[in-house]
Amino acid sequence: MKDFDFEKSLKELEDTVSLLEKGDMSLDESIKTYKKGIELSKECSKYLEDAKQKIISLSEAESVENND
Amino acid sequence: MDNSLTVKQLNLYVKSLLESDARLGAVSVTGEISNFKNHYASGHRYFTLKDNDASVRCVMFKSYAQGMTFVPEDGNKVTAKGYVSLYERDGQYQFYVSSISLYGEGDISLKFKEIAEKLKKEGLFDEDSKRPVSRFPKRIAVITSATGAAVKDICTTLEKRLPSCEVVLCPVTVQGDGAAQNMIKTLDRVYKLNGIDTIIIGRGGGSSEDLSAFNDEALARKIYESPFPVISAVGHEIDVTICDFVADKRAATPTGAAVIACEDASGYKDYIEKLKARIQNAASNMIKTYDYRIRSVDIERISQKALTFLDRKLQTLDYFDKDMSNCIRRILENRERRFDGAILKLDSLSPLKTLKRGYAVVSSAERVITSVDALNCGDRISVRLSDGKIDCEVKGNERF
Repeated sequence: MKDFDFEKSLKELEDTVSLLEKGDMSLDESIKTYKKGIELSKECSKYLEDAKQKIISLSEAESVENND
Repeated sequence: MDNSLTVKQLNLYVKSLLESDARLGAVSVTGEISNFKNHYASGHRYFTLKDNDASVRCVMFKSYAQGMTFVPEDGNKVTAKGYVSLYERDGQYQFYVSSISLYGEGDISLKFKEIAEKLKKEGLFDEDSKRPVSRFPKRIAVITSATGAAVKDICTTLEKRLPSCEVVLCPVTVQGDGAAQNMIKTLDRVYKLNGIDTIIIGRGGGSSEDLSAFNDEALARKIYESPFPVISAVGHEIDVTICDFVADKRAATPTGAAVIACEDASGYKDYIEKLKARIQNAASNMIKTYDYRIRSVDIERISQKALTFLDRKLQTLDYFDKDMSNCIRRILENRERRFDGAILKLDSLSPLKTLKRGYAVVSSAERVITSVDALNCGDRISVRLSDGKIDCEVKGNERF
């Protein structure tokens, strides 16, 4: 979840909703889009619900990066 | 009559003398405040300015008091500006104060103005160079004192709003000698980190002297150089520092900085549920549409087409049927006619008819005899008539 881009996923989710609501896709495409939308909404909810604040110190952040 | 004056006349005369003196009309006095009284009903402020050897009564009228950014306290060493006059009722001369500043701050504010002007000219305050902050940051660096309310306020608020955001705490000295230098060094370290979305730099409230590190020119320049958007949060609402001007965003308080730094994710839970419902709704609508199309349009059309097709074929078949029975009937009639003809012909050719007319058929040894030469005397013959046969013996033969 660390690299999950909520803003990007939210935007994608919003686009998916308007695409589906327009309703001018083929059945195949619609099903694919629907699956993708449900998946995105699950990821977004998970991101909001599972999160727990992590606090690290500057020196910790520096040592993590030096080890990478 | 004597030349004596009324008390009021005396006081008015002295007052006019005081007020006609140019030097006393605009004077700046430094001293310590005592007996400070904020008169709530009138809004005027009364106090005494004193130093080791003397004191003077002062009044600051409401209109001036309202313009003050701080409330003086007893013991404050201040510089007050105003004019001198006399209060007729008591015959007491007073210092009518129009502004008060903490002693020494005059220098600070002058320096503040100088630096601000300079940086503004260089474009460090330009709105165009201000960057937006990420709405959903993953990592925020918080540069403030390790102790004190600011760090707690920021972390608590971030946790409430966007718990997924990681906080990198960068403890610094925020006041006193070397504070600005310390913050510059820390900023340099933070700038080298990866994946920082936003920097919050600041501290809680304090005296103007306490906040002075945030007016440091070098620190302001360092903040301006930041590769990441910076939110400054110094002191409280009324405090403004140079850092506030160079930062991308300025928050009134540390808590305010955390609010600016991220969206409130809790509000998005409902929003995402709504989006999900809309997806499901759209999908169910789509299914309904297809269902409708399958039910009504297609089946009806197809069956109608099929029926029309069938009807046509049946019609063709009907024609064929008619044609075929006609044809068979004709063949049958034809055959019947031919049969009747044959029967008639057969009838006319029948030997029985000839026999009836008195002719006879002679046969011998099962062979029909057509010549007298075929018979000799004594041969037995059979003579067939129309209604039977006679067995005979040849008595003689004669040729015609």
